[in-house]
Amino acid sequence: MSSTIIDGPAGLVEVEEGVKIIPGANAIVTSLDKVVNWSRESSLWPMTFGLACCAIEMMTTGASHYDLDRFGIIFRASPRQADCLIIAGTVTKKMAPVVRRVFDQMPEPRYVIAMGSCACSGNIYDTYSTVLGCDKFLPVDVYIPGCPPRPEAFMDGLIKLQEKIRGEHMKWGAWR
Amino acid sequence: MEPKEIAERIKESFPAEVREVTDFAGQTSVIVGKDSIKAILRFLHDTPELYFDYLADLCGVDYLGKKEPRFEVVYNLYSIRHRHFIRIRAKVPADDCGIESAVDIWAGANWHERECFDLFGITFKGHPDMRRILMPEDWEGHPLRKDYPLKSDLGLMEWRGYTDLLKTVEKNSQYEVR
Amino acid sequence: MATAQKQLKKELTINLGPQHPSTHGVLRLVLDLDGETVVKCTPHIGYLHRGTEKLGENMTYLSAMPLMDRLDYVSSMTNDIAYCLAVERLFGITAPERAQYIRTMVGEMTRISSHILWLGTHALDIGAMTVFLYAFREREWILDLFEMLCGARLTVSYPRIGGVRNDVSQEFIDSLYKFTDEFPSRILEYETLIDQNRIWLQRTKGIGVISAEEAINWGLSGPTLRGSGVTYDVRKHFPYDAYDKVDFDVPVGQHGDVYDRYRCRMEEMRQSTRIIRQCLEKLPRGPIMAPDAPKLTLPPKEKVLADMESMIHHFVLITKGPMTGQSGEVYSAIEAPKGELGIYFVSDGTGRPYRMRLRAPSFVHVSALPRLSEGALVADVIANIGSVDVVLGECDR
Repeated sequence: MSSTIIDGPAGLVEVEEGVKIIPGANAIVTSLDKVVNWSRESSLWPMTFGLACCAIEMMTTGASHYDLDRFGIIFRASPRQADCLIIAGTVTKKMAPVVRRVFDQMPEPRYVIAMGSCACSGNIYDTYSTVLGCDKFLPVDVYIPGCPPRPEAFMDGLIKLQEKIRGEHMKWGAWR
Repeated sequence: MEPKEIAERIKESFPAEVREVTDFAGQTSVIVGKDSIKAILRFLHDTPELYFDYLADLCGVDYLGKKEPRFEVVYNLYSIRHRHFIRIRAKVPADDCGIESAVDIWAGANWHERECFDLFGITFKGHPDMRRILMPEDWEGHPLRKDYPLKSDLGLMEWRGYTDLLKTVEKNSQYEVR
Repeated sequence: MATAQKQLKKELTINLGPQHPSTHGVLRLVLDLDGETVVKCTPHIGYLHRGTEKLGENMTYLSAMPLMDRLDYVSSMTNDIAYCLAVERLFGITAPERAQYIRTMVGEMTRISSHILWLGTHALDIGAMTVFLYAFREREWILDLFEMLCGARLTVSYPRIGGVRNDVSQEFIDSLYKFTDEFPSRILEYETLIDQNRIWLQRTKGIGVISAEEAINWGLSGPTLRGSGVTYDVRKHFPYDAYDKVDFDVPVGQHGDVYDRYRCRMEEMRQSTRIIRQCLEKLPRGPIMAPDAPKLTLPPKEKVLADMESMIHHFVLITKGPMTGQSGEVYSAIEAPKGELGIYFVSDGTGRPYRMRLRAPSFVHVSALPRLSEGALVADVIANIGSVDVVLGECDR
């Protein structure tokens, strides 16, 4: 088996763009970006954190009918184990520091999805107690409009986030 | 018992307190002064043939520039046993913005009164725990008063917890991984 | 020895929420513990206070409807019905009979979907994951029916002041028939999963007991009150829509514990199915919007586009809102899935409510949580939160 590795680059076969395998050997040759991004996008663990109406649609998407688990998306109850924070609902001024704290507790790399019109822009709730869009205090990656977004739209948002992760470059070391 | 009869009973027992009895859409309201509100509510709760055991709702209303005195505290009462309904409206002036608490009579009044204090600034004497409930504890002003702004941008009145958060986020943004 | 005992008695304060999976949203409880016993329970709410009441006071009667959907977002249809009934009462009109039957029907569908969601999450909190997955299967079914009816899944805005938005289609009626046929067997399925389950019984029986007198005194309503054996149901005490024309029972419990409240809700789902069935069978023909309220209802779109007068009327209704012309106040309550949902309007004759007050059942139920939880174990707090069935959107408004 070891002789096949010594065969050199001439024996490499490209199976998809940027990924080559060595025939016979159990090995692939690709960039670290590709491996890291692939593993991140295929096990995206969001926080179990519902704020308002959109949380019900988020639950529905996670439940039996729509089944988010098939994308490798499994809800985690602790921010320390989560990769992605879904702001599902209206953010009030009283809640904003709490939301930010949850985000701060998450380890890098972390992503934020603003789900629903309230989290995107405040929706009709332009009142004394609400924050008009969670991007006022959070770096949002994906906006999903809708009041509330349908589960399909929510899944589309998650897939968009996966696409974004796939395109990341050199985001895998402490040195960067 | 018919609501009008109940109103008559209240009038008989508290002739000095009842200001007016109004009737709208089949519902009767008894407008009373705030001084002996607790005695009236106690009377309504304890009299066997009235027996208002269920406090359906308690809320405040702000009549800024429309009526004097400015505030009203509204009690919607129901008797599950006798199936009758009455509304008591107690006048509360703006300069003496307080009324007696009904928590001893209905335990459920507790949070309604706290909310009324939070949103209107009406204090309830004898309440066991008179704190803000919906707004943060260091919030300024009482939002449901008619002279309070509606929109999200409160300017200088903004809650400190929120402005502090925005400042911290801006300061920390230089350390963000982007 | 003395110091050791002193140390043992030291109380521990823990914070539950607002970010916690089993607080049903953003409820925060501060628990003072002695060992595992809760000595003091202090709920903190307001994390979802969106200023609905103030916003409603700045909107016309017609345009404030979407706010209602987002109060108790699990049962938006009943909130809309409550709002419509309150406005109708204020203006002194009634919906035509067909609209009343349709409202009753969709209201009961909402009750089922809300109870299903409650069952799924309550069981999930207590530790039964499977029920959640089964429950969402039927919930999805109801949401599909809603979609067929009005195009929206969750925030429906289907009822209108003076009637309903559109008539039901034959396809919808057929699908609903099928649903009422099959749903009772699905309830049995849930019961098979948990009714005889030893863990479920131990976690629910004798937990969070509240007596009938005390429950009334705390202002509890809905299944939470009926679990204690009080037969107070707004549908029977103040019949609205078609509830006085259909036949149904009000299930009550005996012990007032978490288990009895669970039983009440399960029975209620059966009764709701019965009501839907009767509504489908009795559904009368006729208009779906009140004909005697042209000053309150929007003219049809075709007329607005063709007819000048209708357009002006439409414009006035949208910009100024329907005028009551007289000042007065009205308290109108309905039996929402959670309990008594009351709406109190103070009108000053203009097109906007002078004061809009929402009496939310969840608000009252959360206020009784310390009463239910103090003296119990930490794990029972979770069971209690589930059993009083709170939705924070409605609690904080």
